[in-house]
Amino acid sequence: MTDIQNFTLNFGPQHPAAHGVLRLVLEMDGEVIRAADPHIGLLHRATEKLTESKPYNQTIGYMDRLDYVSMMCNEHGYVLAIEKLMGITPPIRAQYIRVMFDEITRLLNHLMWLGTHGLDIGAMTMFLYCFREREDLMDCYEAVSGTRMHATYYRPGGVYRDLPEEMPRFSRVEKVRSKKEVKRLNINREGSLLDFIESFCDRFPAHVDEYETLLTDNRIWKQRTVNIGVVTPERAMQLGFTGPMLRGSGVEWDLRKKQPYEVYDRVDFDIPVGVNGDCYDRYLVRVEEMRQSNQIIRQCIGWLRENPGPVTISDQKVVPPTRVEMKDDMESLIHHFKLFTEGYCVPEGEAYAAIEHPKGEFGVYLVSDGANKPYRVKVRPPGFAHLASMSEMVTGHMLADVVSIIGTQDIVFGEIDR
Amino acid sequence: MNKKTTLLIDNAEQKFGDRILRVESSIGEAAFEVEPENLLDVCQVLRDEGPFSFDTLIDVCGVDYLHYGSVEWQMNEATESGFSRGVELSNDTELRKVKTLYQPPRRFAVVYHLLSVQRNHRLRLKSFPRDEVTPVIDSVVSIWNSANWFEREAFDLFGILFDGHPDLRRILTDYGFIGHPFRKDFPLIGNVEVRYDPELGRVAYEPVSIEPRTLVPKVIRHDDRFASLREKEQGDD
Repeated sequence: MTDIQNFTLNFGPQHPAAHGVLRLVLEMDGEVIRAADPHIGLLHRATEKLTESKPYNQTIGYMDRLDYVSMMCNEHGYVLAIEKLMGITPPIRAQYIRVMFDEITRLLNHLMWLGTHGLDIGAMTMFLYCFREREDLMDCYEAVSGTRMHATYYRPGGVYRDLPEEMPRFSRVEKVRSKKEVKRLNINREGSLLDFIESFCDRFPAHVDEYETLLTDNRIWKQRTVNIGVVTPERAMQLGFTGPMLRGSGVEWDLRKKQPYEVYDRVDFDIPVGVNGDCYDRYLVRVEEMRQSNQIIRQCIGWLRENPGPVTISDQKVVPPTRVEMKDDMESLIHHFKLFTEGYCVPEGEAYAAIEHPKGEFGVYLVSDGANKPYRVKVRPPGFAHLASMSEMVTGHMLADVVSIIGTQDIVFGEIDR
Repeated sequence: MNKKTTLLIDNAEQKFGDRILRVESSIGEAAFEVEPENLLDVCQVLRDEGPFSFDTLIDVCGVDYLHYGSVEWQMNEATESGFSRGVELSNDTELRKVKTLYQPPRRFAVVYHLLSVQRNHRLRLKSFPRDEVTPVIDSVVSIWNSANWFEREAFDLFGILFDGHPDLRRILTDYGFIGHPFRKDFPLIGNVEVRYDPELGRVAYEPVSIEPRTLVPKVIRHDDRFASLREKEQGDD
């Protein structure tokens, strides 16, 4: 008999199923994986080092670029850490806006995940369906912040500005869009941003049903996910899993419920948990999370409609004055000048703020020595711990299952490499 | 500070005595310093014993305290020509140190963030390796497996060695990278730059050609605006 030796296979970094720039060195025994060694860092931009050279507010934009499919949630973690150290609390309206946009972000993230995970396993249509809905949510981002992705919308002390009264509309461009087309596109955009989001919430549950029709009982989908990448609850905690990865294993843990921040203790929602801890359960958990997020958004819309008010604190040592104030008030002008040349000093100390990011626990550990720049910022990305368990999860599975497991871990390299 | 955290701090102080040192936290987080010799024992107890039950290690990270309290601008004393100009932080910045409340005992620290899913509380542990040139500390991988990559990261970025780690390799920086980029004496612009050399037919490494610059100088202003706010809030509880 001939000797059959294990061989190594290089997977990525330029592989479409590697979700960015993952390089996996797989040790294979035939088609079975014996060990996997992920090589990461190809997207390392030293975000944490950059923050040390900038005033606090200039870093918010870098946070968007960490996990670039759930932008506002990253900002939230960072802003929360600053607020914790300064001991300031944003007005209640700002907290509702943050919760609403956190949930919109969760939808954005889960839709992106579902689309690409489906595409990896061969469900092409999912990608098209999910990106159709993502487009509307991106428009919400654009309406409120001016950009579709990297919003820089959350600020210490509140949010950048209040929700717009008018939703931007499509205009007619000769030869590109017909009148009829423009009318169709603008059908939900006649009112305010809140009206637009509400119409989205009305439509969305039916869309989730569509996704489920395509996948939940799909034979191929189940063959590719059931009993793949099983993690027991004990192992999940030992490996530092959080978010849907932990809940998929049956641990009922959600920071929004267990350590509520902002107004999560005032909204009503449930935490879905899995039973078997395999890829299929994690899929079910995330789909149910989308439905729950939709519910939270709806509650926030109701509250925001009835309760107008300020969206930032009035302390001009932290939040810049308005343009109008600045033009005819000397003190406001000084505040404005100081804030934009030097920034504000954060009292000496350390804080750790964690939020329930769509992928798990996103934490920011902030050390301040009392200066106008952070002394050290450590971002705790959820995906980092998940990817670290890759070797354990894929060992004993077939090569094709690696793709399912990369998909189920919901990996985005912006946050893992930082 | 909520009751849960107070109880946790009391329990820990009772259990460990002088093996741990409380870090005063103005915002009510439980934080302790532990000597590197006691780290493993303390962690083992924190994971296994009932009142603590820290089943998850959330994060491990390094901190370099070299420039803690250093400023790039002398603010309090003016000369005849006004206030001084902003300067680049260099290794002789001792002169520009501002007095800080917290005095780090040594240069490097390793910070552990623990979470108990079971009991729903958090704790921060901090340990300062003895040696400042080649800092070494015991690895906690055997207690919490999730420490594996986080310790590799701290090694890569700060050069902190973890004794007992199964596979201590660089993780985030490039293959063949020299130095530990998150140390405070490592320049922000780096040491080398790369370009494709058509003559050599490969990527060439060269010393950086750009000048370092400080856009906004680091200043420390002592005002107790926020401190007083916090005290007021705590008084209300």
